Amino acid sequence: MSLLTVSGSPHVHDSQSVSKIMYGVVYSLIPAMLVSFYFFGLAAILLTLTAVISCMAVEYVIQKYLMKGPVTVFDGSAIITGILLAFNVPANLPLWMVVIGSAVAIGMGKMTFGGLGKNPFNPALVGRVFLMISFPVHMTNYPKPTAFSTQLTDIVTGPTPLAIMKESLQKGESVAEIIPQIPQYAQLFLGHMGGSMGEISAIAILLGGLFMAYKKLITWHIPVAYLGTVLAFTGIFWLIDPGYHFNPLYHLLSGGLMLGAVYMATDMVTSPMSPLGMLIFGIGCGVLTVVIRMFGAYPEGVAFSILIMNAFVPLINRGIKPKRFGEEVKNG
Amino acid sequence: MKTFKLGGVHPPENKLSEKAPIEVLPLPSVVSIPLSQHLGAPASPVVAKGDKVKAGQLIAKGAGFISANIHSSASGTVAKIDDMPDSSGYRKKSIVINVEGDEWEEGIDLGSELIRECSLNPQEITAKVNEKGIVGMGGATFPSHVKLMVPPGKKAEVLIINGVECEPYLTSDHRLMLEKADEMLVGITIQMKALGVSKAIIGIENNKPDAIAHLKNKVKDYPGISVEALKVKYPQGGEKQLIKALINREVPSGKLPIEVGAVVHNVGTAFAVYEAVQKNKPLVERVVTVTGKNLKKPSNFLARIGTPVSALIEAAGGLPTDTGKVVNGGPMMGKAITSLEVPVTKGTSGILIFPEREAARKPVQNCIRCARCLNVCPMGLEPYLLSVLADRKRLEDCEAERIMDCIECGSCLYICPSGRPLLDQIRVGKAEVGNMIRKRSQH
Ligand code: SF4
Ligand code: SF4
Repeated sequence: MSLLTVSGSPHVHDSQSVSKIMYGVVYSLIPAMLVSFYFFGLAAILLTLTAVISCMAVEYVIQKYLMKGPVTVFDGSAIITGILLAFNVPANLPLWMVVIGSAVAIGMGKMTFGGLGKNPFNPALVGRVFLMISFPVHMTNYPKPTAFSTQLTDIVTGPTPLAIMKESLQKGESVAEIIPQIPQYAQLFLGHMGGSMGEISAIAILLGGLFMAYKKLITWHIPVAYLGTVLAFTGIFWLIDPGYHFNPLYHLLSGGLMLGAVYMATDMVTSPMSPLGMLIFGIGCGVLTVVIRMFGAYPEGVAFSILIMNAFVPLINRGIKPKRFGEEVKNG
Repeated sequence: MKTFKLGGVHPPENKLSEKAPIEVLPLPSVVSIPLSQHLGAPASPVVAKGDKVKAGQLIAKGAGFISANIHSSASGTVAKIDDMPDSSGYRKKSIVINVEGDEWEEGIDLGSELIRECSLNPQEITAKVNEKGIVGMGGATFPSHVKLMVPPGKKAEVLIINGVECEPYLTSDHRLMLEKADEMLVGITIQMKALGVSKAIIGIENNKPDAIAHLKNKVKDYPGISVEALKVKYPQGGEKQLIKALINREVPSGKLPIEVGAVVHNVGTAFAVYEAVQKNKPLVERVVTVTGKNLKKPSNFLARIGTPVSALIEAAGGLPTDTGKVVNGGPMMGKAITSLEVPVTKGTSGILIFPEREAARKPVQNCIRCARCLNVCPMGLEPYLLSVLADRKRLEDCEAERIMDCIECGSCLYICPSGRPLLDQIRVGKAEVGNMIRKRSQH
């Protein structure tokens, strides 16, 4: 008999692993990916491939040559960052910009902090915000969705529904005048709107979210708190003055809110640990998003809101403790 | 169906030996009986090398209030009293006896006839339980007589009997409930009398429907005792979790179950109490599950205390060639042993054999902050945080984050996808915080 292994209890372990969790998220992204391939065609496919490959390559180089530690590019986390970065930019963004965005997302957003699990900010959002600031023109030049496009140049572009809403309101138009210029609910729901590559289809994102919840990769707390807050907050404004404010459903279905609430805010590394902390985080994201959308300079505020709330996560974790056993003694 | 609320996991049950009736294991040629098989001070020997002893004879006396008497499990000659390796990996003072024949001390009733009536008063019962060296048979091995004495100012309202057996693989309690139900129920009645309570609840997890049905039928003859089926969830056998599940009360942090009017005993302990009080028989043997996926014959043995583990494995078909780890106890809380010559003790509920490929842990990766550990912790702690604080020796912070509440159930380490050594670090932290608290109270 060979030597017996001695280790502390427990001696059995759940079969879940980091890479299984990460690939679970990757699979859940497939419906939204297919919708964007449908509406933005070849450009979207190239964009996604470029982002994923550059994220993995950057991570490899940093792990192998700078950190000289174990190389874990195949654990799936870099793939998620790549896909989410692609989802967060216009489908026709020049590919070299995508490469730069990926380098920033992985290099600055993740590896400077020590790699997976140690980064305070969502890496894909770090990449997106960097691109927004560096290339504002390209980053707000959204292609119009057309089925099965193989075109890579001379694509018809136009503003997103949120941008139309904001600009027209600022010009003094009323909601009734603007409605005909923007897509209907059903179109928004399915993804027939201008926007970043992966944010357009609410239904595909919800599907992915349900899959993740079923696989226990996320819990309901953050998405529900986030979306609920936006719904309630914009609903109040709408009830006060429906002539000047949009129906809350519009807010819910347009822009990057769905993608943000289901995928970006739920990133386990950069969101709070306890259920109550998650609710607070979600509400914070919701409030900030509405404030930026309604009163800020940008038409969309999801990315900034989540990054701001990311910064509060350590504070939330310190302040909000899970319910301890034997704490509230309600005996009887 | 009832269960506890906070946290918990559900590892694969693997109750391979649940259908195997309890078999009496043949006497070994040597028994090695450690003087410390219980929580508290080691017992002090009352025999010397060369003495002839009988089975059931007192060979070491409990030293102090929290300690337990130890009796010889076989007849023969004391070969030596020396430090011998035990299942914890340390060498502990033990009495080694060369077995000769099987002669029992006078006054011990070895017959199988059920004796229901008990004329002893509570003090006499407790004294008997103390005298016969009964300890908690679920694994914690806390001296039972201590738990039968209600501290002044407190009142016991209900006796809770732990038939949960929430550890995967183990089946010794399950078999005992099926095969020794009446003895166990008489034992419970005696414990109720000692505590002065009129109510006892036996909690059994729902993966043992035969035991639940059998006992539900039997308790009709035993006033005050009821059976409650519980949803399968680990660690339901933890005292605090079981009390929560059955009577929905939470034992406050740092307090004992009596604080909420409950006393918890294991089914094996109830059976041992029966034998001690009604049959005058000390605790010298117990049911041990011997199991493992590649073991030929997963079994439940009635083994004498001091029998080497190797003898049990032999009787279960021999050690599989691909064995990588042998565990004394269940897979969640048991201890890996280094040698197969360590003895069965009062707390040995099972011997579990893991093949090589299941012996190793997952590779350790960065914490991905998935919060799984926090969600499964039955005490509502934050294992990821405690392990980091413990690792950095931030003991005050550990204490403030209630590290001492950790029941070392292992759920956090079980669930962690990154294979973080959470409980390993928390255990070290707990020990250090315990020392710190003790020092503080000395000043
Ligand atoms: S071992 Fe301790 S910290 Fe880990 S889950 Fe159990 S009680 Fe919680
Ligand atoms: S389960 Fe493991 S990876 Fe997840 S938060 Fe806890 S320690 Fe980190």
